[in-house]
Amino acid sequence: MPFSTQAEDENDQYILVASLDNVRNLSNILKAIHFKDHATCFATTNGIKVTVENAKCLQANAFIQAGIFQEFTVQEESVTFRINLTVLLDCLTIFGSTPLPGTSTALRMCYQGYGHPLTLFLEEGGVVTVCKINTQEPEDTLDFDFCSTNVINKIILQSEGLREAFAELDMTSEVLQITMSPEKPYFRLSTFGNSGSSHLDYPKDSDLMEAFHCNQTQTNRYKISLLKPSTKALALSCKVSIRTDNRGFLSLQYMIKNEDGQICFVEYYCCPDEDVSDSEP
Amino acid sequence: MRFRAKIVDLGCLNHFTRVSNTISKLAKTCTLRLSPDKLYFILSDKVANGGVSMWCELGQGNFFDEFQMEGVAADHNEIYLELTPENLSRALKTAQNAKTVKIKLTNKHCPCLTVAVELPSLSSSSRIVTHDIPVGVIPRKLWTDFREPTVPDFDVSIYLPVLKTMKSVVERMKNLSSHVIIEANLKGEMNLKIETDLVCITTHFKDLGNPPWASEDASQDRDSENMAEARIDIKKLLQFLAGQQVNPTKALCNIVHNRIVHFILLHEDVSLQYFIPALS
Repeated sequence: MPFSTQAEDENDQYILVASLDNVRNLSNILKAIHFKDHATCFATTNGIKVTVENAKCLQANAFIQAGIFQEFTVQEESVTFRINLTVLLDCLTIFGSTPLPGTSTALRMCYQGYGHPLTLFLEEGGVVTVCKINTQEPEDTLDFDFCSTNVINKIILQSEGLREAFAELDMTSEVLQITMSPEKPYFRLSTFGNSGSSHLDYPKDSDLMEAFHCNQTQTNRYKISLLKPSTKALALSCKVSIRTDNRGFLSLQYMIKNEDGQICFVEYYCCPDEDVSDSEP
Repeated sequence: MRFRAKIVDLGCLNHFTRVSNTISKLAKTCTLRLSPDKLYFILSDKVANGGVSMWCELGQGNFFDEFQMEGVAADHNEIYLELTPENLSRALKTAQNAKTVKIKLTNKHCPCLTVAVELPSLSSSSRIVTHDIPVGVIPRKLWTDFREPTVPDFDVSIYLPVLKTMKSVVERMKNLSSHVIIEANLKGEMNLKIETDLVCITTHFKDLGNPPWASEDASQDRDSENMAEARIDIKKLLQFLAGQQVNPTKALCNIVHNRIVHFILLHEDVSLQYFIPALS
């Protein structure tokens, strides 16, 4: 068999092939949703979406568009598999997570299909690592049915404005209460912990506020333990969009710039903890 | 039995501190052997430390400005001490900018290695910090337990890759597996492999080069591509890679197929050998 067709055949047997010059463009964004061991990966010609869920109440999605990769081919309409994210991240960072300046790890990721492992080829400075990570039966992921037409309130903040607040959240409080309103206090984060309640207000004309579209006063509570993992995404992001819909569902969208200046998104959805009447402060 | 030594040069002091830190990372207790020319830090292969052994040798002339010793007897001019290297490291930590460091064998309640650190001071009076490190004096009849390990008849000898890269790889592998297979051949190739239910990982290093003696000794009856391998405790390997602070100019390893891996780090006048036995 001539060499050329042999090489083609090799690529043919994979239903997903993705190459990346700098593996950190993938590993960093996956770290932002790494709060559980298992993740579900969906690949289409648009790119890869990686989903992690907790307690049927929280879902985190990382989107890595096809454009981030130097090579990206998907042979089928969509490719889905479940994988151990902890193992995947250990493999992706096998050459260390803080590289020597001027070096980067290149990645080639291949998947042959159902029942096959995900194969990673990583190369740095002439050293090659081959990883075969076993894949698992994909599980259905939650559909939060979060529709932009049902969004009632939306705020876009510079992430630094939220970083400190989240880093200092009173973890003795079971919930984080978020108030969004066209009137005062506009945007308020409240906790009710052992040592008392705390309220943090953001004025609507704050420099940190990039957009403020609130139509109706809404106060919802979210389990703080569920929201805490989103701090990882917050730490990496430059902007965050906070939205709530008519059911009180929360969507946090983080805009993350990678080392090559490209933009990726990580999104967290969270169910409200309980209904609180609008009149309560 | 007498011993006293003095370090004045800051470079020598830092170097000696790094060696001492390395030893304290690799062994909880070890034997310090003193001879007129050399110091040795020795960890012999007891079952308690998982069959790992260590042999670190340094020439005293390159570290100490003064070095006086008198062994147990004229015909056995050596001293063997049992030491917790962590204590020595801690004592040297206070000596980072010291003017002089004196180390001597004393007898205060029990035998001690006394480290006296003279710190720089703005006034005319000097500041001296003294650490008394309890040691055990090892009687002569036990000295034979601490003989230099014989270098086994290895199948493959190979230079190691950049230790930092190797350390990162082994660090990640340690999260996933408790042991690692290290294999190498006489074509300068070395692989690190783990295999678990979740994942199989192989890291390939190539063009590492084999020391000249490797080809002299072994290659006649050995196919150069043929791998010699050993499955070893990954924690012991990481301990070695993460613990070493000697910045070796040469680093190599010898593999006896399915028996032992022997690492050698060389830095000018310091040599560190580390032996990790293969798991069955």
